[in-house]
Amino acid sequence: MLTPQETAEIEHELSQYERKRAACIDALKIVQRHRGWVSDEALHDIAELLEMPVDELDAVATFYNLIYRRPVGRHVVHLCDSVSCWLAGSDALAERIRERFGVRVGETDSEGRFTVLPIPCLGCCDRAPAMLVDGNLHVDLDPERLDETLERYG
Amino acid sequence: MERPLTANIRPGEPPLDIEGYERSGGYRAVRRALSELSPDDVLELVIDSGLRGRGGAGFPTGQKWRFMPRGDDAPRPRYLIANADEMEPGTFKDRLLLEGDPHQLIEGMILSAYAIGANVAYVFLRDEYRLAAETLRRAIAEATDRGFLGEHILGSEISLSLHLHTSAGRYICGEETALISALEGRRAIPRTKPPFPQLVGLWGKPTVVNNVETLCNVPHIVNNGAEWFRSLGLTSDSGTKLYGASGKVKRPGLWELPMGTPIRELLEEHAGGMRDGYRFRALLPGGASTDFLVEEHLDTPMDFESIQKVGSRLGTGTMIVLDDKTCPVAMLHNLEHFFAQESCGWCTPCRDGLPYVEHLLAAIDAGDGRPRDLALLEMHTRHLGPGRTFCAHAPGAMEPLQSGLRYFRDDFERHIAERRCPYR
Ligand SMILES: Cc1cc2nc3c(=O)[nH]c(=O)nc-3n(C[C@H](O)[C@H](O)[C@H](O)COP(=O)(O)O)c2cc1C
Ligand code: SF4
Repeated sequence: MLTPQETAEIEHELSQYERKRAACIDALKIVQRHRGWVSDEALHDIAELLEMPVDELDAVATFYNLIYRRPVGRHVVHLCDSVSCWLAGSDALAERIRERFGVRVGETDSEGRFTVLPIPCLGCCDRAPAMLVDGNLHVDLDPERLDETLERYG
Repeated sequence: MERPLTANIRPGEPPLDIEGYERSGGYRAVRRALSELSPDDVLELVIDSGLRGRGGAGFPTGQKWRFMPRGDDAPRPRYLIANADEMEPGTFKDRLLLEGDPHQLIEGMILSAYAIGANVAYVFLRDEYRLAAETLRRAIAEATDRGFLGEHILGSEISLSLHLHTSAGRYICGEETALISALEGRRAIPRTKPPFPQLVGLWGKPTVVNNVETLCNVPHIVNNGAEWFRSLGLTSDSGTKLYGASGKVKRPGLWELPMGTPIRELLEEHAGGMRDGYRFRALLPGGASTDFLVEEHLDTPMDFESIQKVGSRLGTGTMIVLDDKTCPVAMLHNLEHFFAQESCGWCTPCRDGLPYVEHLLAAIDAGDGRPRDLALLEMHTRHLGPGRTFCAHAPGAMEPLQSGLRYFRDDFERHIAERRCPYR
């Protein structure tokens, strides 16, 4: 069941669009903001609210890099793996995360603290390499700054 | 030198609020257009200005607008969409305009919507641009309070409702027909053209999609005229351009300069040349989906026609520089990994071909390449090229590859002959 809060937030988005289903990305993001990810159950509830087939909603949900259809850790790290960050040494950052936190790109660590996922170009190529942690942008990284930054996310 | 697009932008400082923006001459173009100019006058101005789309393809903006059905029996509503999905690797220009001067974009959208007769508009923004989203929300609220948006703009018969849509991260959403699918709440698959969005767009209604930087130019064209705009460019191409550079240059960054500024000036004066210990090898002039250019091209003006003449595309105008210490095969592997991952999967050459290309490059990069792999890669540059897929994603992916195979032939052959990467 969607919470009244979630339902209210989704219904607020409906006014932006001509058709209900157009709010589906907003709806997925709203539910994910409250619960961390989008479960099958939540998917069904959203589809019902927006009067669209569940499989069509799943076709949308699974399409996007930033909708999580599986549980994630307390913090989600999106490490840019596109070309400007790669030129600036993003491979070394992925390696550092593996050494320090025992988690490879695409995985969650055993304590459920970090999920590390790749992300295409974050649009700050003049300050590469870059990553997002819980949506917050961190730039000009090197392995030391990476450690310092991630330590702040408990 | 005139820098209309970035005149209000102070790096590290918050953008002007609506008062500051109006004080610096903002919304004057909207006031003038609504009281003195007809929609056709604005359209003519933009046609005469020679403005070409800054989203990558360089399509003349006025011509695009002219395809919109006009008159009383044209379908309604009609839509204008600002494409703020900016995900082309190496591109970071729209972010500056969105975060740095949101009212400039809003004013550009009001004027453009007026010219094409649209009464509903969306900004389609990538989700990762959180600061831009906050900035725009605030600016849209301010503009609505002051009567620049909503019903009866400045007491006229014109209305425009402007919405911000934040996406959820997928490169193909930047392709204008995929963007329309995404905005309708469908899987973001491109659509065949024709029909073009101007006739059958969002919810089947006439729609124009323009890049953020394109739209930001419109207020200045209305204020200063088409002649002025044309005179800003150093070549036959009009206006200024946000150019950028990333890679191992001394000062990676973004600069508004006259259209047609030579590559060498960008690289040496603005980006400060290569970092100590690195030499220039090649560059992608306008993002990942453009062909490599090399030393002999450095005196080419960065404009649509000149870059096309030397075998590449201006693209987004933000260049990615390859140095002599970085393996070009590995760089291509990185690029094709991106394209393979971001393929929407609709057409076979793209869905199956790109992972195969990535696989071949990974093997060569790891020292497991075979001599016939180069012919296989070349075959793919043809089979995934223009005309064989529903959208320009796969052809774009082949641009760095086809030029890379030409300019870095020795590197490819050494990887295969020595069965290792000579850069490691
Ligand atoms: C794969 C792909 C991705 C694209 N991504 C963007 C983008 O992020 N932003 C953009 O403005 N245009 C992008 N485009 C170009 C758009 O399809 C469209 O041409 C552009 O938004 C039109 O605006 P303009 O005429 O003002 O340049 C992309 C095109 C393709 C094929
Ligand atoms: S070329 Fe690729 S991205 Fe474009 S429609 Fe075909 S499969 Fe989708």
